[in-house]
Amino acid sequence: MRRLFALATVVALSACGAPATDDGTTLVVKTFSQFGYEDLYREYEASHPGVKIKEENIGKLGDYTPKLQQWMQTGKGAGDVVALEEGILVQFMAKPDQFVDLREHGAASLEPNFLPWKWKQAVSGDGKIVGLGTDVGAQGMCYRKDLFAAAGLPADRSDVGALWPTWDAYIEVGKSFKGAKFFDSAGGVFQNVLMQQGDHTYYDTSNKLVIDSNPGVREAWDTTIRMVEAGLSANVDQWSPQWNAGFKNGAFATIPCPSWMLGTIEKQAGPELKGKWDVTRVPGDGAVRGGSFLAVPKQSQHQKEAAELAKFLTSARGQTAAFKSRNNFPSSPQAIDDPVVREFTNPYFGDAPVGKIFGESVKALKPVYLGPDNIAINDRVVNALTAVEQKKLTADEAWSKAVADAQRLVK
Amino acid sequence: MKTFSERFSPYLFVAPFFVIFAVFGLFPLVYTAWVSVHEWDIAGQGGFVGLDNYVMLFSDPDFWNATCNTIGMLVLATVPQLFCALVLASLLNQKLRGLTFLRMGVLLPIVTSVAAVGIVFSQIFDRDAGMANGLLGLAGFAPIDWHADKWSSWTAIATMVNWRWTGYNALIYLAAMQAVPRDLYEAATVDGASKVRQFFSITVPNIRPAILFTVIMSTIAGMQLFTEPLIFGQGGFAISGGSLRQFQTLSMFMFEKAFRDFDYGYGSAVAWLIFLMITLLAVVNFLITRRSR
Repeated sequence: MRRLFALATVVALSACGAPATDDGTTLVVKTFSQFGYEDLYREYEASHPGVKIKEENIGKLGDYTPKLQQWMQTGKGAGDVVALEEGILVQFMAKPDQFVDLREHGAASLEPNFLPWKWKQAVSGDGKIVGLGTDVGAQGMCYRKDLFAAAGLPADRSDVGALWPTWDAYIEVGKSFKGAKFFDSAGGVFQNVLMQQGDHTYYDTSNKLVIDSNPGVREAWDTTIRMVEAGLSANVDQWSPQWNAGFKNGAFATIPCPSWMLGTIEKQAGPELKGKWDVTRVPGDGAVRGGSFLAVPKQSQHQKEAAELAKFLTSARGQTAAFKSRNNFPSSPQAIDDPVVREFTNPYFGDAPVGKIFGESVKALKPVYLGPDNIAINDRVVNALTAVEQKKLTADEAWSKAVADAQRLVK
Repeated sequence: MKTFSERFSPYLFVAPFFVIFAVFGLFPLVYTAWVSVHEWDIAGQGGFVGLDNYVMLFSDPDFWNATCNTIGMLVLATVPQLFCALVLASLLNQKLRGLTFLRMGVLLPIVTSVAAVGIVFSQIFDRDAGMANGLLGLAGFAPIDWHADKWSSWTAIATMVNWRWTGYNALIYLAAMQAVPRDLYEAATVDGASKVRQFFSITVPNIRPAILFTVIMSTIAGMQLFTEPLIFGQGGFAISGGSLRQFQTLSMFMFEKAFRDFDYGYGSAVAWLIFLMITLLAVVNFLITRRSR
């Protein structure tokens, strides 16, 4: 009797622990936020009998990243395909051996399917293809049409875009704007200005910290400080509840918005503000902020199948489908030029031609090299800017602090 | 002659605790020490670096800032809390209407989740639309940016801790007070001692062990303060505890180093120093307790 019980336990336990059965392969895809792949999974399963796809999603990137570290570190749990945000990709690029070299699975011929800089971001120094690009955070400027009209400014998106060919012009518009603060926070605007300043930011391409010698960083800082000193910032931290509420209660009239932020704005502003938010071109020469990749961890038991799936999801067709589903802007030139993307309009934002606006922003773009600790350094720079907004530090004190903090971090 | 099972079964009965403690308590403790003497980053174990992480820690201004913040909030949250709890307990020790209802009432905050407390109080202490600034405005004061200064952020966070734990401590005091012999109070009343005098001369000395217990527990909890300041911080880099780390506690600093900067070796060194500080404070408390016997 006891032996029978033990046997039953073993059977029950093994049933829990082994999702993959002999007659098929289950591929686990790990994602954060929203990738918009649901329809693609179904299509892939239909054309690949015996393959089942299971997506395991974690809402916030900030919660996903430490989990991902843990999976990679322990060699367990990362599944078969993982999403890598570009800021975190840089750290993994230092140890590319944790991932399958997709060159071994025929990915080399896919190079023309991606924007050249996007392709290069995920290729290691010794030529391994660590990941394939999904979306890019193409930059736009979102604004409240009704607040602009109330302030006596043009509200039509092409007229609004014409108001600010440069960030200096943007500041002048802000100074004359009445009725709300002009933008949400210095930290958010700073990142957008920074991503327009040449081909690198805090690090040069040999991973040397150049925060204090790169004129681009200083330029972005000074521009942002001018905005703060003109009193344009609402000083609400990005991703805080006040920031979420600000989309609805009109705490700020504009916000530089990467393509992936449109979903956030729609969710936070809610259906009653439909058509009040609109999107136009960003001051300066376009930019990107954020964007992701798909990679296959070495720990996957189904590397070949996983690589095929990653290739399918990142193909021009896959990217177009994800864009239509969640507005994640494609990194494939074929997808960007696809009429479906080019002519796509977003009904929430007054039928704004987001495909065209973001497409122009991406094409004007020069690739930006980020370097290993770029996220942590940026957090410190943003904190220093917040201290200026709070009038706790002068601009010069805050700059010295940001530089010193970055140098201490990198050691 | 005892049988084998008679001799060993007691050990077997207490074994589950020690096994679980060894797996979930002792092993992580030792392993953390092992990690803390290595260069250990996102890609795994690097080289042995001896005490370098600790040396670096002692010259890290952010570490000392976090230590100072933690102790500051500990004092702000413990002293008024225990004082209020004492007063509350002595009120609940009187003959009042609806006594059970009141006694249960003071315990309610403790069943509220910390996250809920953090969220609600963060709204109360919001700069633009918070109730605290609204009330200050009615009294004619300028609104306060609660996140911007140490004193204001510490006050907001200490308020959350106090609100949540005062009732719990009051009940511990109340239990101790009910064990104080009634005849002491009767004798004092006959001698003409006022209620206040009775409180300080009879009640407080008699419940001294309870007070020491609550001091130790509050100290340990205060050294590990994490959720309240983290939720109060909000935003994408809330773990830094304000733009100038105005309210970053030691636990937050440890978390930032280990899970934000992925410097596991350094983070483990911070964890060990927190452990040593708590041990030190516990030993000090223990010595005081023993001397008072």
